Amino acid sequence: MARVEADVGKPQGKLMKWIDDRFPFTETMKYHITEYYASKNFNWLYVFGVLAFVVLVIQFVSGIFLTMNYKPAAADAFASVEYIMRDVEWGWLIRYMHSTGASFFFIVVYLHMFRAMMYGSYKKPRELIWIIGMMIFFVLMAEGFAGYLLPWGQMSYWGAQVIISLFGAIPGIGDALVEIIRGDYSISDITLNRFFALHVIVLPLALIGLVFVHIVALHEVGSSNPDGVEIKDHKGPDGIPLDGVAFHPYHTSKDLVAIIIFLILFSAVMFFAPDMGGYFLEHANFEPANLTATPEHIAPVWYFTPFYAILRAVPDKLWGFILFGSAVLLPVFLPWLDRARVRSIRYRGWIYKTALSIFAVTFIVLGWLGTQPAEEIYVLAARVFSVLYFAFFLLMPYYTTIDKTKPVPDRVVYHG
Amino acid sequence: MNEDDADRIDRNRRHFLTVATVVTGAVGVGLASIPFLASLRPSARAQALGAPVEVSIGSLEPGEMIRVLWRGRLVFILRRTEEMLSRLPQNLGELKDPNSEVTDQQPDYSANEYRSVKPEYLIVEGSCTHLGCAPLEDFEVRPSENWTGGFYCPCHGSKFDLAGRVYKGVPAPTNLRVPPHRFVRDDLILLGQDTGAA
Repeated sequence: MARVEADVGKPQGKLMKWIDDRFPFTETMKYHITEYYASKNFNWLYVFGVLAFVVLVIQFVSGIFLTMNYKPAAADAFASVEYIMRDVEWGWLIRYMHSTGASFFFIVVYLHMFRAMMYGSYKKPRELIWIIGMMIFFVLMAEGFAGYLLPWGQMSYWGAQVIISLFGAIPGIGDALVEIIRGDYSISDITLNRFFALHVIVLPLALIGLVFVHIVALHEVGSSNPDGVEIKDHKGPDGIPLDGVAFHPYHTSKDLVAIIIFLILFSAVMFFAPDMGGYFLEHANFEPANLTATPEHIAPVWYFTPFYAILRAVPDKLWGFILFGSAVLLPVFLPWLDRARVRSIRYRGWIYKTALSIFAVTFIVLGWLGTQPAEEIYVLAARVFSVLYFAFFLLMPYYTTIDKTKPVPDRVVYHG
Repeated sequence: MNEDDADRIDRNRRHFLTVATVVTGAVGVGLASIPFLASLRPSARAQALGAPVEVSIGSLEPGEMIRVLWRGRLVFILRRTEEMLSRLPQNLGELKDPNSEVTDQQPDYSANEYRSVKPEYLIVEGSCTHLGCAPLEDFEVRPSENWTGGFYCPCHGSKFDLAGRVYKGVPAPTNLRVPPHRFVRDDLILLGQDTGAA
């Protein structure tokens, strides 16, 4: 039915024709929106791509308005954030929108990535979509890190000190690299100024470019689905996949429901718990940066803590950096580490199901451990879970080969 | 020149021109990037602000420590008591670099058993050699923990003794760094410059 309606459409107006003769407007809209066919059996895990886009827009809008009152200078930054919070009309809302948005960005992106791991969305022919997605994730991490320095609070300063010092662990060029990143002999006004430039110009531009390429690559090969079958293998006489429905209006109307639920949750946090008990905005950051005293307990914001726990688990500077870096980079290689012949978890055996469950728990536990003080018991636990984290990836070529898979159906099916 | 010659493509020549253009372009981009990269290094003002600073230590009592900033970096100046100095040799076996053999971590004049020019005065950067947190002083002696006093980093648990020497089994790789410095007078230190030092 969808197919019939899509063909009908309004006759082209004169203005539209004038534009289309000069710019492929209608063609682009059709290709990417009204005639982009995605599987009809998407479940709720497939809404996070659209939600990530929604958060991106929220961050851009709130961020632009923050720059109109924020001052990127060590002497003024902290006071200008207080000024936004107290004296600028609705400034508190815009600022909390931006800080809440940062955490929600990572929640949404982590779930989006987990979806890909559940349904094998990274497997051939979607390897590039996954790699571009990982690059988006890296830029997002840099964006979050640079943004966290801007309020120039205690945690801004000492968090940046720790992360920038990480690069000093690289043998040979470490010290010179750190000096180029800071632009000074310590983190200073100069560092703050350039992190502002990175946060509002360089990284957002990179983000837009990567998101664009991510979607172009997705629309070239087509979206995956919870059954992990290629809907393009079964097309109707009109050349449209039998199991596909148009992105607009069918997926968009379903996504709208997700967006509304998302905005309700987002608003609940933004209005009632913008600091989320110290997880979204760390309490130490309500004090201005003090160069002579590190806060008693230092931890990055929650979205970095799984990797931070791995860094801290290693009692050696260089190896800590290497394992930290590998933990962040390893997921890039998933398309080749995963040797299973099926994509979706629905048709995989118990081994992968167990491995993925352990991995999900490991990631959350590491995240929690990263927020705890560097005491014996936590460090020991972090070591155990770091091993599990790496085992999930490094043993994958083996356990996905021996795992017994079920036959995959030709067409998508509905379960229950 | 006949028609055939005009249509003939000289692939060697085309290849040569392509490679030559790409190489010239790449060299140009490389050279043009120098000013941009150089602009990221500490500016003349940052260097000027990073000039040596004088610190008066005349009023420092034995056992007392002050924190000063040089180049925006925290520097600890601790006047050690005789008793503190006597504890320095106690844990040598548990230190990574008891004899200050890693030359980057101190100037030659501080590469001794006290890691200082004058045994009393310990002058080290208050920046953990792991990831740069400021260590906390913990001068209390606790024989039960085999702790003879020193510094403890709250971030990742690195430990240093009263000469800023790092213990084994902690993430910090090296001893706390001794900044270049010299005694102008008995009660005045110049931090950041050591020419003319004894």
